[in-house]
Amino acid sequence: MADLLASRQLRRWLPWVLIVVAALVLPALLPPFRLNLLGRFLSLGIVALGIDLIWGYTGMLSLGQGIFFALGGYALGMYLQLDSLEPGQLPEFFSLYGVKSLPAFWQPFNSPLFTLFAIWVIPALVAGGLGYLVFRNRIKGVYFSILTQAALLVFFNFFNGQQKLINGTNGLKTDTAVIFGQLVGSDGMQRALFWITVLLAIGAFLLCRWLTRGRFGDALIAIRDDEPRLRFTGYNPTAYKTVVFAVAGALAGISGALYTVQSGIISPQYMAVPFSIEMVIWVAVGGRGTLIGAVLGAVLINYAKSLVSEALPETWLFIQGGLFLLVVTALPDGLVGWWRSGGPASLLALVAPPPKLATYPELDLNPEVKAEQQQLEGPAGGDQS
Amino acid sequence: MDLLYDTLFNGLAIGSVLVLAALGLAVVFGLMGVINMAHGELMMLGAYTTFVVQNIFKAVLPDALFPIYILVAIPLAFLVSGLAGLLLEKTVIRRLYGRPLETLLATWGVSLILQQFVRSVSSAFAIGLVLAVAGGLLIPRFTPKAWWQQRWTPLLGTGSWIVSGAVGIAIASALGNQRALDQPWFSARNIDVTAPTWLRGSIDVGAVNMPAARLFIIALTVIALVAVSWFLQKSVWGMRIRAVTQNRPMSDCLGIPTEKVDALTFLIGSGLAGVAGVAVTLLGSVGPNLGGNYIVDCFMVVVLGGVGKLAGTVLAALGIGVLSYIVGSGSLLLVWPAMPAGLNDLITFFATTSMAKVLVFALIVVFLQIRPAGLFPQKGRMVEA
Amino acid sequence: MTLLELRGVTVSFDGFLALNDLNLQLAPGELRAVIGPNGAGKTTFLDVITGKVRPTKGDVFFRGRSLVGQSEHRISRLGIGRKFQTPRVYQNLTPRRNLELAVRGPHGPAALLFGSLSSEQRDRVQHLLGVVGLEVHANQPAGGLSHGQKQWLEIAMLVAQDPELLLVDEPVAGLTDEETARTSELLRQLAGDHTVLVIEHDMEFIRDLQAPVTVLHEGHVLCEGSMDQVQNDPRVIEVYLGRDIQEDEA
Repeated sequence: MADLLASRQLRRWLPWVLIVVAALVLPALLPPFRLNLLGRFLSLGIVALGIDLIWGYTGMLSLGQGIFFALGGYALGMYLQLDSLEPGQLPEFFSLYGVKSLPAFWQPFNSPLFTLFAIWVIPALVAGGLGYLVFRNRIKGVYFSILTQAALLVFFNFFNGQQKLINGTNGLKTDTAVIFGQLVGSDGMQRALFWITVLLAIGAFLLCRWLTRGRFGDALIAIRDDEPRLRFTGYNPTAYKTVVFAVAGALAGISGALYTVQSGIISPQYMAVPFSIEMVIWVAVGGRGTLIGAVLGAVLINYAKSLVSEALPETWLFIQGGLFLLVVTALPDGLVGWWRSGGPASLLALVAPPPKLATYPELDLNPEVKAEQQQLEGPAGGDQS
Repeated sequence: MDLLYDTLFNGLAIGSVLVLAALGLAVVFGLMGVINMAHGELMMLGAYTTFVVQNIFKAVLPDALFPIYILVAIPLAFLVSGLAGLLLEKTVIRRLYGRPLETLLATWGVSLILQQFVRSVSSAFAIGLVLAVAGGLLIPRFTPKAWWQQRWTPLLGTGSWIVSGAVGIAIASALGNQRALDQPWFSARNIDVTAPTWLRGSIDVGAVNMPAARLFIIALTVIALVAVSWFLQKSVWGMRIRAVTQNRPMSDCLGIPTEKVDALTFLIGSGLAGVAGVAVTLLGSVGPNLGGNYIVDCFMVVVLGGVGKLAGTVLAALGIGVLSYIVGSGSLLLVWPAMPAGLNDLITFFATTSMAKVLVFALIVVFLQIRPAGLFPQKGRMVEA
Repeated sequence: MTLLELRGVTVSFDGFLALNDLNLQLAPGELRAVIGPNGAGKTTFLDVITGKVRPTKGDVFFRGRSLVGQSEHRISRLGIGRKFQTPRVYQNLTPRRNLELAVRGPHGPAALLFGSLSSEQRDRVQHLLGVVGLEVHANQPAGGLSHGQKQWLEIAMLVAQDPELLLVDEPVAGLTDEETARTSELLRQLAGDHTVLVIEHDMEFIRDLQAPVTVLHEGHVLCEGSMDQVQNDPRVIEVYLGRDIQEDEA
């Protein structure tokens, strides 16, 4: 058993097998409500991928991904509001605040094509712009984190306070909108959205893999490990950080749009401070620096959250708080990192009878020798995804 | 002109709450590079301590003593929050030294737990908690020593905590059947602290109306500032704190007990948060979410003020407070009624508390473009080694 | 014709003068050693050239162009490479990937994403792995290398960059005698095609380099000359050598 768990191949492929099986089997098994939940969680996996890019690989902890998440959601929400209207009509809420004509920034969202781009281009531009201003000044570490959090609060305040522009705290409902002759909230539509989410999640995963596999990914890791050093080698970290932050913003936007149509509403709550920190913990629990871990963490934690919130809502904050503490102190590499580094086997070793040593014991137990043996057995490490 | 003074006074009052709240955060950040996300919750603990002290004075002690309850509450709040902070430092932060981003996440977890704790704590809950902790600590004492030297001891350790936790929960829910024990102490509702009569009136200076509560807060801030700067500049431990802030390894070599310095600093920083919590109760009702309302502003103070200088903190806090108030209350319009229409519209647009934050944040970002390291940057080879 | 020139460079940290009216010239292809007691400003001197620290007064010229105010990566792209005092390699990347990041070529995000290494660059990386004897360890994280191996990896990274001017800060600290000898041989080979400036405490090593020596003291050039001249200079003996021997023993 310990041998099986310790085998590199198994450690590498088992998570994948589980995922493929789940994706194929679950839609047939789950009732629409659960399937919808899974679709939502999977779309949250996309924003988690972005966080993994910027935090797990590049070492920048953003507590403000909610900004880009909600911007994507709002872009789609605005389009859906307008799409179901007769010509010349205004979305209903405008009349409550006495707004007579559509505000100018709503106009482009009449176009489906524009919306399709706006969902990810606008968050990417906002992220790139904000990021550039911050990175340019070499603001990093906790300073970066708290600036992103402040930016988040600012966006929250803005969207929350502007009734006349964007329906303020009530947000925009999307489930009653009609698209392709179907209600967005209908079961058939939701099933289609689930598949779209699966496809986009795979696309996002492949994009991140491409970004992290080659020399670009190496440069990101180098920024995380020793940014000043990289400068002296002729790299401009600002450019890299801006690019990768913008990519993470775009992923967050796509994620937010998918989440919005599957949950039926976009509101400033998506920009609430706690939600954005939650996103970070999904990545941390799944395993930062491993892309699959980010997605897995997002789905697992949110699933747990929905279960606990149904049964014992008041305990969720305790559990979540405990998770923050646990993952940071005991599981710094998250579940996937723990799995890959042979965690299950070492756990078994605690209770199993001591291993029989074939040769000189020091050789068998020496971690360095073991690492070299692994080197010889399998292809090079370090190219994890 | 009176209007100007009035605006300045109110801005100053708001700013001084911010000084009080950010002071502890800045001292801790300067020393340990740790951003304590639970700082707001430590303020909340201070506020709830005030509430409890007030209730005790109302219920038990003679009426004549009631007016001084707030003076009793201040040291008690300092102690409660300070000890909570000390516990946090000893159990969590110490393990994460040199990993600021992880510390940030862990303290956020603590803040979630503290928030939910004041919401759900009841007598049954408290008894269960005490029993669980006692059980976890005592099991090793009452089990054979040999068990704790085995390979599987880690499992036993985790297991004993899980068991005692489960027992605690079981006892709590059994006790919860009794109405009297199940009653939450505070519940999720906001609590109101009645200010003593001498803090309810106001003093008129010229045409400026100064509410006594706000004057009290300003006075409290000044006293706290004087005390902290005296402590840091003149006392032996203050000197040690400053030494460690400037050069930790060297201080360590010179025999300064850096661990004790860390603990002490954390105690003081957290205690100051408690005092800020007392001040906040004078401004209105407070609830479990109190921390979230202040924490981001406090961070902005730290970013703007830079580390290592109290003057920076004070200046930044007052600046943000006064500016937020002036913009948010729209008093510029009153001071200068004849301003051009365009500017007028702009100022009206930002004239709410939340929109003022939007503007202030934008100004901070602009400011950081000119002075990336804040008002008082540090210099020398030690910076970004 | 000078490659690098420092003119009256002064660096002040809150009144403390780390460099004080420093003047220095390097000719193309030259190999130069810089020595000086602790606190003489050797590292600050490199910081000024590479753009990490901006001089309070004075100017730095590289091929006639001023470097003051340029950012680090631009200065590096002009052809100035630097090895740090304590080896700084990317711990989580393998030596091969460390070298692939350092190897000369375009360094923008687009180039790294869409381009791939030319066969020439690949050969260069492979060759350098061989030169510093890290072929066996080429594919395991550099964080696990020994101190000496990290030193050599960083030197290899510097060479991979193929800069015109190499600034080498304490290359042999923590190396064995044999490794030290090989390092000095490597540096002497590089000189000629490249200009090399070495900072080191190890006097044997400096002597081995057979290069002109500049002595720094309190942020100022105390004297210049061959190792023998410098060692017999009474000022140097006073401020430096006497103390250094004690330090080495300590």
